[in-house]
This record gives sequence, structure tokens and C-alpha cells, in this order.
Amino acid sequence: MTQLTATLDAIVSDRRHRARRRNLAVGLLVALILALFLLTLSLGQSLTPPEDVVRVLLGQQVPGASFTVGQLRLPRASLSLLAGLCFGMGGVAFQVMLRNPLASPDIIGISSGASAAAVFAIVVLSLKGPAVSVAAVVAGLGVALLVYGLSFRNGVAGTRLILVGIGVSAMLESFVAYTLSRAPAWDLQEAMRWLTGSVNGAKPGDVLPLLLALLVFGGLLASRARDLDALRLGDDMAAALGTGIARTRIAVIVGAVGLIASATAVTGPIAFVAFLSGPIAARIVGGSGSLLLPSALVGAVLVLAGDYCGQFLLPGRYPVGVVTGALGAPYLIFLIVRVNRRGSSL
Amino acid sequence: MSAAAHSTSLVVSGLSAGYGETDILQGLDLTVPPGRITAIVGANACGKSTLLRAMSRLIQPRRGQVLLDGKSIHHLPSRQLARQLGLLPQSPIAPEGITVADLVSRGRHPHQGLFSGWTRADDEAVAEALVTTATDGIATRLVDELSGGQRQRVWIAMALAQQTDLLLLDEPTTFLDISHQIEVLDLLTDLNRARGTTIVMVLHDLNLAARYADYLVAMAAGRLHVSGKPEDVLTESNVREVFGLESRVITDPTSGRPLMLPIGRHGMVEAAG
Repeated sequence: MTQLTATLDAIVSDRRHRARRRNLAVGLLVALILALFLLTLSLGQSLTPPEDVVRVLLGQQVPGASFTVGQLRLPRASLSLLAGLCFGMGGVAFQVMLRNPLASPDIIGISSGASAAAVFAIVVLSLKGPAVSVAAVVAGLGVALLVYGLSFRNGVAGTRLILVGIGVSAMLESFVAYTLSRAPAWDLQEAMRWLTGSVNGAKPGDVLPLLLALLVFGGLLASRARDLDALRLGDDMAAALGTGIARTRIAVIVGAVGLIASATAVTGPIAFVAFLSGPIAARIVGGSGSLLLPSALVGAVLVLAGDYCGQFLLPGRYPVGVVTGALGAPYLIFLIVRVNRRGSSL
Repeated sequence: MSAAAHSTSLVVSGLSAGYGETDILQGLDLTVPPGRITAIVGANACGKSTLLRAMSRLIQPRRGQVLLDGKSIHHLPSRQLARQLGLLPQSPIAPEGITVADLVSRGRHPHQGLFSGWTRADDEAVAEALVTTATDGIATRLVDELSGGQRQRVWIAMALAQQTDLLLLDEPTTFLDISHQIEVLDLLTDLNRARGTTIVMVLHDLNLAARYADYLVAMAAGRLHVSGKPEDVLTESNVREVFGLESRVITDPTSGRPLMLPIGRHGMVEAAG
């Protein structure tokens, strides 16, 4: 049957073509991340020659570079990279699961929940390190449950969940502002971190816990990548294809909230990175395959590039969240206007 | 042709199910004839779609059960069920920017494990589904760009790639113009004849249901009102009982099946009925 053979050839080449495009996109993003990472390490207030950067990375003592690169820039770059990966992956997981780009954790209150818990733990309870992260993850899950519960009426409609989430988010943000204003030692840097997100004052000790969180929660998400992808066809279709909807949802919520909250506990809620990464990644890799990895990579690019811009390219020095916020807000407005034109309720 | 000859049996017994507090299905019994085409008809909100959803495990029954080859579907692993029973819901969603070949490939989902990759058999199943539904010519096009009729064929192709013995479809002809409705129903009949696939579909149009179904099921108020051969089910008294509508039923000269002509207050020749 020649028609069948021809079709077989066509779909195989279509599949290869899509895979090539995807691999190319992923490769370019990885290269971009590498370039931004090295840029952050070598070019700051002063220029460190690349060979010195490499020597510091290899653990050698280089006078004049070991401190700047090893103690200041490396933790900062690593934290930007990890937080970007976490935000990008966690954000797109929610957007895909709820099939709505507005259903991102930083819009529906999960980031602000984690942020509020972190601020409360640090300012009021005087906790430090991993305890803050645990509090943030628990609060993030709590907010996810709360938003889900409040928007439940014979099932959860995306629009209702988003509106409830925006309300909850606003409440939690004012709680953050209130707690910060009551803090004994008012520190602007610290306050900015919890309000918009920042990697200023990154400590080497922050890196390993966040890497672990990325491996655990990111691994959980990756293990459900195919089922998550099936959800893009609608819950009914996904179920008909043998996806356990409830199980997938729980795994995705735990994984994504874990990622978002762990990163938020360290860097604060870096504005709109979770929200922007998925749609950008979808544009780059096209409609096929899981968006988890591409979106994580886009998140890392956004945070690394945003932080570099905020530090060195703009007049004055801004935390990364100010830059990503300025990028994200117009897109949010665009999305709402577009949805509005189509005449749906949000 | 992996799904041939042997047919899977699907039996619904004493099924009650619904959403929230209310039972939409109230103790429904139905034996789907294996290897045949069954059409479910009934007034709006009589529970047709709910029945289809319960039969494919999209909702949990409150009482009663659905048996696939004698085993309750609620005890089968999801993937195993999806290898035996396919469902095309009323409004599936095509992700933006997806190609036809890619979408149809998603039908292979239940055949893939966590660690098993894409195989030659998967490609062959997809190619066969595309050729069968005559969508092979548009395999590399984007689904967003297709017409309604083409899109529906693509969704059916996806269900075919799933290679199930049983295929349930919720109003597969809605939103299609009449020529595409006929095209889709002809295609489903081809599948049934060529592969022996058991087809169960909810249809709005009584006359098309009577023409294409081997077995017609009329539902009313969450129960099975009457079922059997179209000639026995599509009668003037049944139409009155199920739809509350006066009608005349004649024999369709083109198909030999019953054809229902509704009687309204206007547009009639003489005081009919």
C-alpha cells in the first residue's frame, strides 16, 4: 500500500522536523544561559578576565578575583539560574494544567503566599535557612488549596479560580507590606526582595538547598510530563487517553508549588518570571511536546538577563524583579485585552 | 489491523450517576451490541452525555456498574482501559500550534509506558489512522488552520490511533454542515464494517441516528426508555413519549429506514395528526 508508506514517511519526517526544531531551541537557550552566566561572573563593576574566572571556578586562589567572583558573583549567578529554572518550570506547569496563561502561580497568589510565609518566618519568628523554605512551601500549598477550595462549585472553572487567586494574592501582598513595616530593623534591600524579588546579597549557602528543591520537585513534575501534556487536550480527552486526572493534578500542584515556594523563600517572588516563561517558551518551540524544560530555561534567561540589566545596564541599580516586572506587566495587559476582545468573561 | 474480529462487550447495569447532589442517570441498564453501531437519542438533559461519560469512567457512578468484558471499568488501570475503550468528547481542545500528525500521535498515549519510547508500531498506527480518515494529505498542516469538518476527521483519526475495540463519541456531528455530518457518519460506518469496531454515539438528529445505527437507544429522564432496531424504536408513539412531540414516521425512500417528520402548529399542509 503505497499511500500508507508515503504517509508513514511524511509523519516520520514531520516528527523529526519538530524534534529538530525543539532541540535547536533548547540548545540555543542553554547557550544563552551559559553566556549570561559567564557574563555575570566576569563583567561587573570591574572586568575579570575569562581565564581568571575559569581558574576561580576550578578552585584556584586568584588574588583580586577569588572574592569578587567566588563569593559575590558566583552565588548570585547560581541563584539567578536556579530561581529562574524553578519559576519557569513551576509557572508553566500551572498554566498548562489549567489551560490558561493567566493561571500562573504569581498571579493566583501562590508566590505571594510563599513570600508572606517567608517574611513572617524571618521577621516575626526569627527563623533562618531551610526552616524559611519549609514554611514557604507549606504556605504555598495552603494557598493553592485555599484558592482551589474558594473557587470550587461543581468543579473548578479557570476564570473563577483566577479571579479568586488575584484577590487572595492582593490580601497576601498587603500582609507582606504590613509585616515589613512592623519589622524592627527596616532594611530597604530586604523589603524590596519580598515585594518584587531580588538576588542581592546572595549567599553561597543558599545555592545547595535550592538545587535540591529543583531536583526533587522538578523531578516530580518531569515524571508527569507526558500526562501533563495530555491535559492540554482537555480533561475529558486526557482521561479518555488513560491519564489519571486527579493523580496528575496532585503531583503537578505539589511539584509546581514546591518549585515556586522554594525559590521564593530565597529570592522573593521575582515578578512575572513564572507568568512570562511558559508563553515565551511556547512561541520558541512551537506546539509540540512538553513545555517544562523550555520554559525552565526561558525562566533562567529572564532572571539572569534581568538581574544583569538591573545592576549594570540601567542608570542606578535595581533588583531583578523591577526589570522582569516592567517586562511582564505589558504582557499581562495584552493578555487581558485580547481575552476581552474575544468576549469571554475575563 | 490490530483491532479486528474479536469484540469487547460493554454492559451497563443499574447505573445511577450525576453531578453534585442530583442523580441524572437513575438505574439505567444497557447492553451494547458488540461489533455494531449504537446511537443514543433523547431530549436535552435526559442524561445522554452523562451516560457516555459514565461508560468511559469520566464520572463515578453512585450505584450500579459498567462492565467491560465482565470486569468493572472502575477496577481497571487507566491506561489499560484506554487501550480498550476510546472516547471522543464533545469539545476536545487542540493545543495552539500543533500539527495534525502530532495531534493524532497523542492517541498513542495509553500505549506508551514511562520508559518506553516512540516505536515503529506507533508510527504505523498513526499513518493508518490518517489514511483511514483521509487526513493524510493534511498531516503536516496546523490544526488551527483546518475547517470544522477536517478537524472532526482529525479527532476521529486520533481516536483511531488509540486502536481500541470500542469507540464512544459524544455528538460527533455537532457544528458540522450536513455534508460533513454525512461524511463523518459514513467514515464511522466504514470503521465499523472494516475493523469490527463497536461504536456508541450520542446523536442529536433522530433521522440520521435511525439511518446509521444498527441499534437505537432512546433515553428519557435518566432512564432507558426503549431500545432495539431503528424500525422498532423510531415510532410515532415513542417520539411522543420521549420528546413530547407529535410526528409522522414514514419509510425513508433512500435508506429504507424510518424517517420522522415532526408536526408543529405552523407550516403544515392540512390539519394533520
